[in-house]
Amino acid sequence: MSTLLILGAKSDIARAVAQQYAAKGYDLLLAGRSINELDDFAKDLTIRNEIKVSLHEFDANDFASHASFIEQLPQLPNGVITAIGYLGDQQQAQQDWTETEKIMTQNLLGNVSVLNILANLFAERQSGFIIGISSVAGDRGRQKNYMYGAAKAGFTTYLSGLRNRLFKNNVHVLTVKPGFVNTQMTADMDLPDKLTAEPEQVAKDIYKAQQKNKNTLYTKGIWAWIMRIIRLIPEWQFKKMDL
Amino acid sequence: MPNQSSKQVSGWGRFPQFKHRVFTPRTASDLHSFVKNNDNPKTIGFGNGRSYGDSALSECIIDYRQAQNYLIDFDAQQGTFTCQAGVTLDEILKVIVPKGWFLPVTPGTRFITLGGAIAADVHGKNHHLAGCFSEHIIELQLLLADGTIISCHKNQQPDLFRATCGGMGLTGIILSATIQLKAISSTQIQQTTHKTGNLQETFAVFEQNQSSTYSVAWIDCFAKNKSLGRSLVSIGEFADDGSLTQTSKKARTMPRWFPGFMLNAWTIKLFNTLYYHRQKKPIKQETVHYQQFFYPLDGIHHWNRMYGRRGFIQYQFILPKKTSFEGLNVILKTIAEAGQGSFLAVLKLHGQANKNWLSFPMEGYSLALDFKVQDKLFPLLDRLDQLVLNYQGRFYLAKDARVSREVFEQGYPNIEKFRQYRQEHNMNQHFNSAQSLRIGL
Ligand SMILES: Cc1cc2nc3c(=O)[nH]c(=O)nc-3n(C[C@H](O)[C@H](O)[C@H](O)COP(=O)(O)OP(=O)(O)OC[C@H]3O[C@@H](n4cnc5c(N)ncnc54)[C@H](O)[C@@H]3O)c2cc1C
Ligand SMILES: NC(=O)c1ccc[n+]([C@@H]2O[C@H](COP(=O)([O-])OP(=O)(O)OC[C@H]3O[C@@H](n4cnc5c(N)ncnc54)[C@H](OP(=O)(O)O)[C@@H]3O)[C@@H](O)[C@H]2O)c1
Repeated sequence: MSTLLILGAKSDIARAVAQQYAAKGYDLLLAGRSINELDDFAKDLTIRNEIKVSLHEFDANDFASHASFIEQLPQLPNGVITAIGYLGDQQQAQQDWTETEKIMTQNLLGNVSVLNILANLFAERQSGFIIGISSVAGDRGRQKNYMYGAAKAGFTTYLSGLRNRLFKNNVHVLTVKPGFVNTQMTADMDLPDKLTAEPEQVAKDIYKAQQKNKNTLYTKGIWAWIMRIIRLIPEWQFKKMDL
Repeated sequence: MPNQSSKQVSGWGRFPQFKHRVFTPRTASDLHSFVKNNDNPKTIGFGNGRSYGDSALSECIIDYRQAQNYLIDFDAQQGTFTCQAGVTLDEILKVIVPKGWFLPVTPGTRFITLGGAIAADVHGKNHHLAGCFSEHIIELQLLLADGTIISCHKNQQPDLFRATCGGMGLTGIILSATIQLKAISSTQIQQTTHKTGNLQETFAVFEQNQSSTYSVAWIDCFAKNKSLGRSLVSIGEFADDGSLTQTSKKARTMPRWFPGFMLNAWTIKLFNTLYYHRQKKPIKQETVHYQQFFYPLDGIHHWNRMYGRRGFIQYQFILPKKTSFEGLNVILKTIAEAGQGSFLAVLKLHGQANKNWLSFPMEGYSLALDFKVQDKLFPLLDRLDQLVLNYQGRFYLAKDARVSREVFEQGYPNIEKFRQYRQEHNMNQHFNSAQSLRIGL
């Protein structure tokens, strides 16, 4: 039986991913801060599907704990997905270093720290898959959210390097770039219906892309086109725009 | 704060339809704090929107499904099942059927929530033996307007239980329940269909099969004179062949553009005639999957679009056994003569009424009909209302979109108890649907 480790398991997208993989028969290791909040969720998963689910406390900011976190897992999982992320407040981050640091840590550094360890173990084992949830925001810097965007761009580049490195070790890396998703993170935003995915759809897309060893996934798919166009706008023009 | 949006919402009949503020709490604690702090008295819980009319509509709608969607416990030895109210019967079936269990009572669609099943105290084809859904509730948890959570069952807080089961969301938000399931050893149903020539024969088949678990009739409401009341009466029992694998065919979807005019008096009449004559033999026996037997319409998603933009009304009433024959004769005649008959008219013999104050079934025959909404429909329904009252009948809230207060209350001897209870406990200051305001519940 295959096992998936989910980092940031309390996230709405992560929970939909958990449901998706559970339905496909994966055992789950759910990790995050105050993870006991997922007790009822975990019980639900085991009643609906004949799988094992366990909960593990994990804080991405606490780099020093990551090695022991991996060690104390009941087993080395077949694959890992991280949904850990933090949108943050762009305006505040421009004034306040702690906010900037938080954005960088929770989107980039924490993920890099824990994936470094897993990447080595997977490479040694010569199998596994790594799924990182980055964002379309990392495809181009915009004044509205470039702190978040920069951290995600860093994460996207990290994942692409990792994919390149681990290819020969039979370890597959999938970069997920959601557009808008209707979750806790975007709860106070007014999102355009046509461009906004539900977490369940994102989870289905991720599962499919991972099973097919895709490299990059835009979800909803239309975001691939939108970002292609946005990347095409020349910088001299882009800098004057208010997107 | 829960998500809030303003949108066009309707029940399954797509009539009436107007703008509502919809609150979608993401978590149980969002739901609790919203209910506690909400001061709009025109507020009601919304399940899966499978009630036909305005039971789940109000100025402020709480779509609690996302906040209450966990399975909590399943004892596959004893057949007890606990889950939150936003879980659908479909989700429950997926878990229990492979383990040899089934819903003790199920309506004709599996796409309703547990909350909706309790709030309407739904019945199924086995009502004459198994009663309503609430008969199988071991315990339920209810969120009151002041934010307290209270659990009740038949013997604990019995008044609250009787008001809540069948109470259409007017006592609070049902959070979860434990129910006793029914053991099965197959997913197949052995079905016998009797083709009857008139109402008398139809009644005879029902009465002769009272010890069979499931019975229901499809009635040709266009047939007149000697053929009035001709039906296909289906009788069913779970098979015992030991096969518990679920197969579900992929559902089809009714296109959004399906033109309402395709369904007119002529096409519906044609359908009824063809459907009735499809079966050649007077008695036909076959083995069918439970989904086909219980949920034939679930195979077509959005079949409610078939009636066009203005929607349709489902009209369901029940008459006491002693007046059923005469009453149905008169009512069917009126419908056939009006030429506004229904695609699907369903007749069912029910067992005794339970003690819940607003539960619909009582011993007698119920008839459910779909009518496409058009101007000339309403005078016809007003006439039918009077006929139903003449024969001491009553109406089903889960289907209703238009019955007047005067008409409704005559059928429910305990309605005053319900009203008083709501007043005494301040429930009428916090939970009201468009329907409850119209009827004065
Ligand atoms: C094709 C079809 C066949 C049907 N067949 C039958 C049948 O055979 N027998 C039968 O009895 N009914 C039948 N029905 C009606 C249906 O079972 C009921 O209307 C049921 O209540 C719908 O549940 P829902 O989850 O969709 O709730 P909604 O339609 O959203 O709400 C129905 C009522 O329940 C209340 N409610 C919902 N959830 C809660 C909650 N958690 N707490 C408090 N109140 C709540 C609402 O306020 C509302 O008053 C059928 C409906 C359809 C569409
Ligand atoms: N929603 C969108 O529109 C959208 C679009 C593009 C990309 N994304 C990305 O998708 C991913 C999932 O986001 P979501 O939309 O599901 O939002 P979310 O519910 O806010 O998820 C973010 C998760 O990250 C966790 N987290 C943050 N810092 C952590 C830390 N130090 N240690 C452990 N866990 C930490 C949070 O847990 P806590 O509860 O403990 O804080 C939370 O569960 C994120 O990476 C996000 O950037 C989302």
